[in-house]
This record gives sequence, structure tokens and C-alpha cells, in this order.
Amino acid sequence: MTRETSPAAMRLKEPHPYPGKLIIVEGIDGSGKSTQLSLVHRWLESEGYRVFFTEWNSSALVRRAMRRGKKKDLLTPTTFSLLHAVDFFDRLTYKIIPPLKGGMVVLADRYVYTAFARDVARGVHPEWVREVYSIAPRPDLALYFRVPIEVSLARILSGRQKLKYHEAGMDLGLSRDPVESFRLFQSRVLSIYDSITREFGLKVVGAVGEIDDQQRAVRRMVQRVLRGVEPEARAAG
Amino acid sequence: MKSDAARFFGHGLPYKKIGELKGSLIVIEGTDGVGRSTQTELLKPWLELEGYGVTSTGLTRSLLLAETIDEAKRGHELNVLTFSLLYAADFADRLENEIIPALQAGFVVIADRYMYTAFARNDVMGADPGWSRTLFGFGLVPDLVLYLKIDVQSLIPRVLGGKGMDYWESGMHLALGSDIFESFRNYQTRLIREYNALAREFCFVTIDARQPVEVIQAVIRQRVGRLLQARKRRGRTDGVEGPAERDAAAEPR
Repeated sequence: MTRETSPAAMRLKEPHPYPGKLIIVEGIDGSGKSTQLSLVHRWLESEGYRVFFTEWNSSALVRRAMRRGKKKDLLTPTTFSLLHAVDFFDRLTYKIIPPLKGGMVVLADRYVYTAFARDVARGVHPEWVREVYSIAPRPDLALYFRVPIEVSLARILSGRQKLKYHEAGMDLGLSRDPVESFRLFQSRVLSIYDSITREFGLKVVGAVGEIDDQQRAVRRMVQRVLRGVEPEARAAG
Repeated sequence: MKSDAARFFGHGLPYKKIGELKGSLIVIEGTDGVGRSTQTELLKPWLELEGYGVTSTGLTRSLLLAETIDEAKRGHELNVLTFSLLYAADFADRLENEIIPALQAGFVVIADRYMYTAFARNDVMGADPGWSRTLFGFGLVPDLVLYLKIDVQSLIPRVLGGKGMDYWESGMHLALGSDIFESFRNYQTRLIREYNALAREFCFVTIDARQPVEVIQAVIRQRVGRLLQARKRRGRTDGVEGPAERDAAAEPR
């Protein structure tokens, strides 16, 4: 089976019909994607755009099941994947599509590609997870923050000092040492992200440089996508 | 391939080593109020007297999701996608943590409804049928599907005389009628039409559910007995065609 010809992949390659713009960031934890996206958020608002922000795994609908599953280690790769899909489609229905229809700029911290990378690294079938998310609209701009494992590890450990269980792939039993497990699991995720980048044409941002340098590069790409979209403030004035 | 190797509707569970499934998976399908639970309750002790280890499972009984589904239904915030996905997650949880381990241990597993109910509901709610079927690609193909078939006119008095018309089973979320009765009739008519189509698509054993309870139970016991004997024979001489092969040949899409 060739992934290029899958109907699911094809749908994610067609532009969406809404007047708004969808900008998403991807990357492993510690890649700096959230920092960059929040800088873009502030900048766009100051430019007068109406911006809506949404983030992976934040819907109230599955919060309890997710917490319960994670705490008691009840999740299998399939249920892990499906609960994240519930979260995604709940947000898609209530938080992504309406602002896109309303002509807003939607910023998403992680998108379907996170599932394509992480769930496949956990062992679910790549074709299956693409089918599950096949109804999702294609982003107008998808940025992938590429970072070596050691840089991401150093950033996470210098900040909160502790790796999260699933983020380190501890549920897969790759290693008892969380740091080693993180290295093994996130290396898999990284190599899958690389192939997804080619498959879906994500724009790669080298995420090792200084924050402000990266931000300048990111704003240039955002600007290009927003060409033709009038900021509210200017349109009103 | 071993005759008792697990068969899936689609891509299965690639990360899971399943091996031989010594037990048998028997599914009882049909709409709400048709008598599935009664039949399951009668079948279980009979199988136990015959010497089989038996376990039963039903929709939305998973440890992981039962509460979440109840809560979401109360809040009426689900749409066709999240509804389908929550049921799929509940199904996956029970499949991996209850059904497959029981089958590996040689139990007869009676499933009071299976993924076909999700297909029927998703189809009525307007989900893409191809999408629903791919979503459940991790589902194990049962050894036998017993379908309790009824028409909506015969169903109505049973439900009214039983626990009454329930918001979700009446399809009130779909706004199909001016009151719960109209909605129930319209929703169940569509649902039953979908079940009938699924019965052809997936080769169910169809049983007329308007017959007396004992008559239905006798048919069920005969079918189940035949399956278990066939499996026993197959355990000795490999390669006898069972109903599962037929189902596996049916296209999941």
C-alpha cells in the first residue's frame, strides 16, 4: 500500500473552503514550537487580526478519561489514539471550523500530524490513523520545528526537571530509565516526522537557533499566508 | 496460517502479539428492546452447564470510558464524529483488555452488541460508511453473529411496556419527529433498515425476534452448539471452514 495514493492523504492535501486561515505548529516537546506560536499570536493581535488559539489534548470532553487512563496506565496505543481523536474532532467542531468560517486566523499548537507521528511510533497502523483524521481540513501553513533529541531533552530538563510518562514513551517499556526511554521513543517520532514532512509538505523550521531569529523566519512565512486577509482593525478603519 | 489465528476487519492491532485464540466470540446484535439481554442471560448458564467458561460484555461498559460517555450524553455535546470515536475507544478498550485475553484463555465470549451497532448508528447519523468501517479496522471478526430482527411496529409495544422510550434510543438528538414517539418510530425504522443491510454485508445469522423467547433461545443454542463442535473438530483436524472465514472474506468497506 502506497501512502501517497491513500484517499485520506489526498483529502488532507486539498485546500479548505473557508475564508479564515489555519496555521499550525508541529514538533516534539522541547522543540520551541509553543513559544514561537505564542509570539506569533501576540504579533498578529497587535496587527489587528482576529486570532483564535487552540491546543492539542485540551477538550473537556475526554479530560477525565485521559487523566484516568494515564494515571492507571490503562491506555493501549489504539485507545490512546482514539481519545486524542475525540479531543481533536470536538475542538474541530466547536473551536476550529467556526472561527475559520468567520474569517479568523486559527492558530493550532499541534495538529493531525502529531497523531500520525506519535501514534504510529506507538505501533498503530499509519494508514488507519490517516483515515481516522481524514475529515480534517488542510492547514494553510504547517510549520515543523525540527530539533535534535539532545537539545529538546536539555530544554525540558532545565525547565521542569521531569519527563512526562507518555511523552517519554514509558508505556511502551523501551527502557526503565525515563531519559533513555525518551531518547528511544522520541527518536522514532522524529524520524516519522521527517517522512510526514515530505508527505504533507510541512515547512521545516530549524529550531536550534535563537528565539528571535526563528520568530523572524516564522513571521515571514505567516505574512505570506495572510496576504489578502484584511486585519479587522484596518478593515474597520 | 493457523485456523484459530485472529482475523481483523482492517489493519488490526499491529503492535499486539495475539497468537492463537482458543475461545469463541459470539455476538448478539439487534436494536434496543429486541431481547438481546434476555437471550444472553439464558445462553450463559446453558453453556456453563455444557462445561464452557463464559464471559459476557456489552457496549459502553469499559473501565476507561463508561463515565465519559454517560457524562457526554447528559450534556448533549456530542456530534457524529465524537460520538463514533468515543464508542470506538470504548470498544477498543474492551477488545484489548477483556475480549482478546478471554479468547486467549479459551473462554466463550458473548458480546451483547458489537461494532455493527456502531455502524448502524453512524450510518443513521450520517457518518461516511467507509470512514466508520475503517475506524473499526482494529476489530476482531467474530465467530458467529446472531441478529435478532424485528420490525418497528412489533418493537414499539415492547419498549413501551418495558423501560420506556429513551432519549438516545429514540434518536431525539437527530430531531427526527415532533415528539418522542414519532422520533422513536422514525429513528428505529432507519436503524433497523441499516441492521438489515449489515446482516447481508456481514453474513449474520438472522433470527425472527417476534417469536417466543424459548423458541429464539433454542435457535441460538443450536447455532452456538454447532459452532463450538466445529471448532472442537477443527482443533483436531485443521482447516474446516467455519462462519468466521465467511465473515473475514466480506469487505470491511
